[in-house]
Amino acid sequence: MPSCPSERAVANLNRALATLLDEDEDVYVLGEDIVDPYGGAFKATRGLSDAYRERVLSTPISEGALAGVAGGLALRGRKPVIEVMFSDFVTLCFDQILNFASKSVTMYGSRIPMRMVVRCPSGGNRGYGPTHSQSLQKHFLGIPNLAVFELSPFHDNTTVFRRMLELGHPCMFFEDKVLYTRRMFGGEEGDSLFESGFVDAEENFAWAGLGGPEVDHLVIAPGGLSDRVLRAMRAAFIDEEATTRLVVPSQLYPLDIEPLVPLLTATGQVWIAEDCVAGGTWGADLAHQIHSRLWTSLSGPVRLLHPECKVIPASSHLERQLLLQADDIRDVLTGVAGV
Amino acid sequence: MADLTELSDADLDALLSIRHFERQILELFDRGEISGTTHTCLGQEYIPVALSPFLGPDDLVLSNHRGHGHYLARFDDAAGLLAEIMGRRGAVCGGRGGSQHIHRPGFLSSGVQGQLMPVAVGAALDMKATGSAGMAVVFIGDGTWGEGVVYEALNLAQLWQVPLLIVVENNGIAQSTPFEAHLAGSIEGRAEGFGCRHIKVTSLDVNVIRRLLAAPVAQVRAECRPLVVEFETHRIGPHSKGDDSRDEAAKQAAAAHDWYRLYQATFPEQFQRLDAVRHRHMADTVAEVSGRPLIGVHDA
Ligand SMILES: Cc1ncc(C[n+]2csc(CCOP(=O)(O)OP(=O)(O)O)c2C)c(N)n1
Ligand SMILES: [Mg+2]
Repeated sequence: MPSCPSERAVANLNRALATLLDEDEDVYVLGEDIVDPYGGAFKATRGLSDAYRERVLSTPISEGALAGVAGGLALRGRKPVIEVMFSDFVTLCFDQILNFASKSVTMYGSRIPMRMVVRCPSGGNRGYGPTHSQSLQKHFLGIPNLAVFELSPFHDNTTVFRRMLELGHPCMFFEDKVLYTRRMFGGEEGDSLFESGFVDAEENFAWAGLGGPEVDHLVIAPGGLSDRVLRAMRAAFIDEEATTRLVVPSQLYPLDIEPLVPLLTATGQVWIAEDCVAGGTWGADLAHQIHSRLWTSLSGPVRLLHPECKVIPASSHLERQLLLQADDIRDVLTGVAGV
Repeated sequence: MADLTELSDADLDALLSIRHFERQILELFDRGEISGTTHTCLGQEYIPVALSPFLGPDDLVLSNHRGHGHYLARFDDAAGLLAEIMGRRGAVCGGRGGSQHIHRPGFLSSGVQGQLMPVAVGAALDMKATGSAGMAVVFIGDGTWGEGVVYEALNLAQLWQVPLLIVVENNGIAQSTPFEAHLAGSIEGRAEGFGCRHIKVTSLDVNVIRRLLAAPVAQVRAECRPLVVEFETHRIGPHSKGDDSRDEAAKQAAAAHDWYRLYQATFPEQFQRLDAVRHRHMADTVAEVSGRPLIGVHDA
């Protein structure tokens, strides 16, 4: 669990980047408008350029080059962390990530370590509109030599970033923009109701539960949704005494589900929630893995929770209707909503 | 700075209308009545107003994140745009697109920088091929010259000689990054590299700008000759809202180029007369649109 639970997620992330720059001279941080006094669109890089001027660089509006430059730095053994101002624009980095950085790790016959992290502020519920609100995690699944991680209130970012930079291949790091403003787990009101811990020794899977150990529901969700799931769990418990356990992986992909097997089999219904719109999702892939491994010991098929496959509207009230909200999740936990 | 010349009431009113729209938008944000994001064109209103008589019904304007002025100079529809931003009935795009994604015949905007440059080339190519009288007019900022696709599009436009007018609103800054920190060389040099004609406009005067551009813009259409018009302009407000990280001196230097203040000082009587009316009209529009019902989920 994070060392300072009252810290906001963006502050924890900022501290992680500062720590990395401080402890490792190979680390670079690059992105649009990231230098002080502006400090990045979401302030994750605030204070970094004043302290580490040579290795914290604002780039022009050139996402393709940003990812490519990171590739060049990585090729020479450096460890770039790049910020894509809105993850929607990571589409402009895609060639460099897919066809250069991740390919290069094994395409040239002998292994070339490519240590780089692509930070992706993402997600909606802020009224930013169709091209500034998406959750594009699913487009980065199943790419050789590429791992997908996500910001979570349960995982200390210094640990997560050290881990990502040790893997020797590029990593995507998705960061929910609403989560930035939330406190790390333990710091939000109501967090104390939950029991919590890590499932595995590597501490990839965090869990938080109400009414365990035998629970009605197990919800697996990326960090960006955890706040909404926790609120839903509280409401479902108070309203209907429905008991739920939440599991949040830091690394979303590839994912070894072995540590989750005991939890998956000791639960009523397993749900996977995510913000990517329907179709070819992380949840679908994970559900398939769970089914293949545990079909006969599950109490029923894994169910998926995600928005319909639609463009995210700009108007807040329309956006709220489309995206998963705490109330939607509560309704499935209490059986109000059929899925 | 040269003195401003006197504008027609209609032109001044068009300028004021955009100014008061943008001010109202920022106030609505401050009061928490709208959320999300917006980019106002405070200080740059004169650019689309100066260009508006050059546009015909067959033309397609491709606009960007800072597009309210581009829209309002083309369509007298403050209520429709405001409703779009507020998610209320009568919105131009059903509340789906919001401030940065507007479409109606003759107009389309997107919040992804550079994205519409090649789209504009494609539209212009078709206009040429079909013998349409139209041209494509794409607005981009100085910072957007960081995107590679801008050059791919410029190359094609010049190679294929399509009727494309590229309007560069060079306000010397991209979000928080000053021109000197984001662009090597010059925009003129870049246009020249593709053999594309480039004209730089430093005036804030709608009359002067029109005289300067009438002939070259007519050539874009008649001769299918692409043209880059670079306006040296000033963003006198924040990038979005409350995010102006420039120091006071820089903000004041920008504000010194505000046509609003300059025109007020030069033609106070006409200004007062129209400004007060516009201000009131816009406040009425805000009140009227705010009272409309929110768009329903199943509304088209
Ligand atoms: C592809 C892409 N990258 C980044 C952004 C975020 N962004 C929005 S506006 C902007 C600055 C644009 O600067 P400029 O082109 O000079 O236009 P200005 O805002 O000054 O009008 C940035 C970086 C974006 N919208 N699209
Ligand atoms: Mg600019």
